[in-house]
Amino acid sequence: MNLGERFPQGVVRDERPGYSGWIVDSSLLPNVAQTLRREEGFDYLSSVTGVDYLPEDLFETVYHVYRTGGGPGEIIKVRTPRGRPVLPSLTSIYPGAEFQEREIWDLFGIQFDGHPDLRRILLWEGFSGHPLRKDWREPMYEEETKPFGARWPEGRRNGPPDRAFTRPADALAPGGWEADDDRALYAALENEAGGRPEALQTEFLMVNLGPQHPSTHGVFRVAALLDGETVVNLKPVMGYLHRCHEKIGERNTFPGNIPFTDRLDYLTSLSNNFGYVLAVETLMGIRPPERAEYLRVILAELTRIVSHLWSIGFLLNDLGAFFTPALYAIEERELVVDIFEAVTGSRMMCNFFRFGGLARDIDAGTVEAIRALVEERLPGKVDQLDAYLTGNEIVQARCAGVGILPREKALAYSAAGPVLRASGVPYDVRKAEPYSVYDRFEWDVACRGGCDVYDRYLVRMDEIRQSIRIIRQALRALPAGPVQTGKPQFQPRVPPGEAYGRVEGPKGELGFYVVSTGRPNPWRYHVRAPSFINLTGMAEMCRGGKVADVVAVLGSIDIILGETDR
Amino acid sequence: MFGLGILKGLGITLRHFVESYWEDLRGWGRRYFTPEGIARRRSRDTRGIFTIQYPEEKLPVPEAFRVIPFLVYADEADGTRKLRCTACGICARVCPPQCIWIVRASDSATGKPVAHPAEFAVDIDRCMNCGYCAEYCPFDAIRMDREYELASRNRSGHVYNLEKLLKPAAYHAAIHPAAFAREEAERAQRQARRTGDA
Ligand code: SF4
Ligand code: SF4
Repeated sequence: MNLGERFPQGVVRDERPGYSGWIVDSSLLPNVAQTLRREEGFDYLSSVTGVDYLPEDLFETVYHVYRTGGGPGEIIKVRTPRGRPVLPSLTSIYPGAEFQEREIWDLFGIQFDGHPDLRRILLWEGFSGHPLRKDWREPMYEEETKPFGARWPEGRRNGPPDRAFTRPADALAPGGWEADDDRALYAALENEAGGRPEALQTEFLMVNLGPQHPSTHGVFRVAALLDGETVVNLKPVMGYLHRCHEKIGERNTFPGNIPFTDRLDYLTSLSNNFGYVLAVETLMGIRPPERAEYLRVILAELTRIVSHLWSIGFLLNDLGAFFTPALYAIEERELVVDIFEAVTGSRMMCNFFRFGGLARDIDAGTVEAIRALVEERLPGKVDQLDAYLTGNEIVQARCAGVGILPREKALAYSAAGPVLRASGVPYDVRKAEPYSVYDRFEWDVACRGGCDVYDRYLVRMDEIRQSIRIIRQALRALPAGPVQTGKPQFQPRVPPGEAYGRVEGPKGELGFYVVSTGRPNPWRYHVRAPSFINLTGMAEMCRGGKVADVVAVLGSIDIILGETDR
Repeated sequence: MFGLGILKGLGITLRHFVESYWEDLRGWGRRYFTPEGIARRRSRDTRGIFTIQYPEEKLPVPEAFRVIPFLVYADEADGTRKLRCTACGICARVCPPQCIWIVRASDSATGKPVAHPAEFAVDIDRCMNCGYCAEYCPFDAIRMDREYELASRNRSGHVYNLEKLLKPAAYHAAIHPAAFAREEAERAQRQARRTGDA
């Protein structure tokens, strides 16, 4: 669609080399977004992120929108001066922007007018500064980008570790900041709930689940406002595991980021590799050889199986079936990670994809092991797990009808992966905009309409079966040949431009927005993390339910804190 | 019938329960603490208890297994150690967490840099076990070790210096037989080409 013709004033094509999309005047942003969503059918806001173009003295906010029916998306960009960065919020048009705009406020300091609850989200309230600004430096700042000069050839270090340790006086404990005991958070919870209850002699109860709680799958906190046992409102509180992955990513060289992506969702390192190398390969304009494409698909689907097995096992744990189902699922996972270990050298931190291919080839013995696993073992074991859990009346009572996220809401909140597909939206990046060789296989998008915890569980079961189907076909068609185009380079040349690489990760749409300026390091490296964005709809799923179901809902969203907090 | 699903599930649990004893009986004396027992528990038709009883038992690791790097040297005829490393710095530049420090040696007379390291240090606390250093080293001089029991009571020993990093080529050949054979073949090929040219 030609947005430039529709809005002759204030919308121009982005004509920088290597870029695409539209540059929209900030005052027109809500109109343009409205048009895209209501008239053009771009019903899915995939990613919102900022870029600090320090030399041009401006911030750019980048929106990627797609149609769930499939096809390419639209990219719109809005600029704002670095001195006074204010933009209109899109939360009323795309509610899925809520957490992402908070993240931009947190990390870039761009204000969003009209945002219902603009507080920091990943960093703590007392943090001073906005770390993704290019002029912000971390306390252990050494150099703008790697490789650091001190490493070679003089190896300047005296005693471990000789880093230029300069902690700005106000970096971590800014003067004048006092702990507010989360008053802002609790006030926001009550405001959204419409104030206190009217009935005489009752009061809402504020309960914090976590951050140290076994059911939160990590260091994660849910602040819930309760009326008796019923959830009135709730807000996820995260960031306890925040490492400013994106800042590290901008200091790193391009290949240096691949092992770092392993540490996002640490159960699915191969899918994470996949998304990132796709983005950089788009920039470089290369494609891997056939054999590498097939092996990538096989490994990514094995990863999906592992992740879903884990998630199903731990959902049952959250429901109170302490570890028996989880261990039945993990037994199969062990066999798959044994394969990962033989192939990549590591059970979890695989670091195996490279730009233009893979790190190494897979030997015939391992191919045979994968074949045996998907032909002889996994199908029977999945059936057994199915027979074990699906019909169980307790599982049904705890899951069916719990944590409802209606279709429209799921779309609006930019839910992704099994959460979206259990709400009746058959949207899967592998079908909607096929990457790699996914268009060559026969498989179905797992989709169910129950919108509840039970159907999210069932969608994962279905997906394991579909993944097995894909792997079987890929193994049969696996061509011979090299697994890398050209010589592996430790400093590949990445032409200037932007790219958004997205894959259907086990948790949902995993996107990497990478901006290159032609140097060895990315200028911007952003992760669209499904574990993070899927939490936007969590309050909706929990409102009106019982507090005990919050744990079930969280288990059904299936978050991994390494990815949520980045 | 209500409750049938629960009963069915309990039946499966019971089967697992019985299987775990049955498998233990069947493999009496061989199932635990023997290499074949470990192999059996990891095989694709494993049943019963599949846990490895670490630390009494250890999983055998594959050749590709990587933990932290070591530097390969060859034993010369005169008993000296010849480092393969030329201090080219590629590993230090590619290392994502930048945990390799290299001091290039220089000729004592002229002061010109020479192609071997005077000091080489890897901070193994910061090493993320990615394997890039080994992957991109053009001289097959740095390889990934498989020793993973690295816990210690204090951190001071966690910066490995040249002395601690050096391991003989025979060790590399022993733990990476396939890779070693491939590298040797390539080296022989390069050698042949060079003599052919000359
Ligand atoms: S180990 Fe290899 S890459 Fe590193 S400096 Fe030595 S020769 Fe170069
Ligand atoms: S394995 Fe990776 S992190 Fe460790 S020293 Fe080598 S390049 Fe650096």
